Amino acid sequence: MIIKPKADADLMVRIEQLNKWFGNAHVLKNISLNVKAGEKVVICGPSGSGKSTLIRCINQLEQHQQGVVEVLGEELNGNLKGLERIRRQVGMCFQHFNLFPHLTVLKNCTLPQTSNLGVPEAEAIERALGLLDKVKMRDHANKFPSQLSGGQQQRIAIARALCMQPKVMLFDEPTSALDPEMIAEVLEVMTSLAQEGMTMICVTHEMGFARKVADRIVFMDQGEIVEEAPPERFFSAPESPRTQRFLSQIINHGVHAQ
Amino acid sequence: MTAMNQVLAVPLTPPRLPWVQRAVAWSRSQLFPSVGHSLLTLSVIALLCWCVPAALNWLVFDATFVGDSAKDCNPAGACWLPITQRWNLFVYGFYPQAEQWRVTVSLVLAGSAFVLLFFKRLDRRLLLAYLALLPIVMWWLLKGGAGLPEVSSTKFAGMLVTVFLGTAGMIFALPLGILLALGRRSKLPVIRMLCVLYIELVRSVPVISLLFMASLMIQLFLPPDSAFDILLRVQLVLILFTAAYMAETLRGGLQNLPKGQYEAAMALGFGYWKTMGQIILPQVLKQSIAPLLTQFIGLFKETTLVMIVGVLDIVGIAMSTAVAPEWVEYGHEIYIFLAIYFFVICFALSRYARHLEQRMEQSRS
Repeated sequence: MIIKPKADADLMVRIEQLNKWFGNAHVLKNISLNVKAGEKVVICGPSGSGKSTLIRCINQLEQHQQGVVEVLGEELNGNLKGLERIRRQVGMCFQHFNLFPHLTVLKNCTLPQTSNLGVPEAEAIERALGLLDKVKMRDHANKFPSQLSGGQQQRIAIARALCMQPKVMLFDEPTSALDPEMIAEVLEVMTSLAQEGMTMICVTHEMGFARKVADRIVFMDQGEIVEEAPPERFFSAPESPRTQRFLSQIINHGVHAQ
Repeated sequence: MTAMNQVLAVPLTPPRLPWVQRAVAWSRSQLFPSVGHSLLTLSVIALLCWCVPAALNWLVFDATFVGDSAKDCNPAGACWLPITQRWNLFVYGFYPQAEQWRVTVSLVLAGSAFVLLFFKRLDRRLLLAYLALLPIVMWWLLKGGAGLPEVSSTKFAGMLVTVFLGTAGMIFALPLGILLALGRRSKLPVIRMLCVLYIELVRSVPVISLLFMASLMIQLFLPPDSAFDILLRVQLVLILFTAAYMAETLRGGLQNLPKGQYEAAMALGFGYWKTMGQIILPQVLKQSIAPLLTQFIGLFKETTLVMIVGVLDIVGIAMSTAVAPEWVEYGHEIYIFLAIYFFVICFALSRYARHLEQRMEQSRS
């Protein structure tokens, strides 16, 4: 894939003046966000702030009405052919895992490769087993998703996305649907992925993970980006009162903050 | 060490009582749980004792199976001679004697399709190819042409009509139903409108009037000399009719599937047809097996309606036998035979549905 020579050649995702409405509700307001290769960005904010919608615009599961979304140097608009090509290079993990229940774990990981990338079956299996090994799920390769716990399913979902050898990974609240004891195993996989240099954009409430892994934390509220800062500054000296309120709520409840 | 032995001594399965005790316990809980239930059980048993032997005597023991004419019939029992004597007519209709092997082969091919469906290990592509070719091969065998002497479809009657209409109907209705269901949920307004219009139109017209339209009206739209075979015309109606109902069943399944499945497929770069073919439809079809098989059974029984437009299926043959002077007294036997014929086939289909459902439950857990 040829990346057009832009001002920033290593920009993975460029979002500029993005606006989106659901009906009359203005859910994303003038969002601009750049993510460079290898960067890890955590997006947080209260529920209904538009963070999931924003991340879903990056692979066009939601279509925006105004502004520019550019991924790997290509602008995403109505052109479907180009869209599928881009989506194959952008991995995504969902809150509810969305594994394919009629396929075994292994087949979940190989079918997208053979069907969409044209990888030969044997190579696809090898790659899938390697990645399942990495998320410690190799022993479960021949089970069906319904036989596994939420945390195991989410790790498989990550392996499935990685099988496509994506350049960017999107995580949409990957731990929100998990029982507390399973959150750690998923975060561990995500942390090691980050350490390998994967470009990651994560919507999450896991502030401990954000502090440890993120290069930048983006705080959203009511469809706007309120604050964007590296984690040290974000947690110790948040500028906006809205950020301060959000952080104090999270820390007072002591839920996910370390 | 002793503690260990004690642990091992606990049996792995729950203890089972001897069968006599189990039978007593079962009948006490299932047959005689209270005075009222006991009375009911006893009266049902009495009723069965009274009518089952009588029915068996009439149907089997006192019945006449062998003979040449109505004179050989035992008046105390059923007389199956109208069926045995006219067996050829029931199966082959008016098909020329010399070519009847073609009917036999096509019936065997249709029957083995059903048997093949039970083989789990069979390559699915092979099975699909077999099913796709089956109606074409059957039609070629029955109608002739390309090497075989041609047989006029006015000679088609009896079981061969029922089985051909049923088999080919099922094989073509499902794919068409799938396309209609997908079309109805399409994002393209023209396709969606056309599919909705078609489905609603077909579903709101009785199948009999559609059959009349097929026999009378289709000819009006075709050039005067082209003879579009009447059997194919009614076949077309049965397919189009069943497909519309299947489309609605499948649409329900498509709507019930979590949105996340579509999203995950899109995010992994599956295109529309791959998403549908590899991710969505396999799940929807699995969920819809029971209602789909019910519709297949319905289709099979609806093939009998073709009699109305002059195609003699097995019911047509049965009726003409029942009014033939020689057999006019034996209508009961003829219709009982018909009931058994349809029951056997439809029951086999419903057993197959059950088999598929069980297989799915196994592969899930």
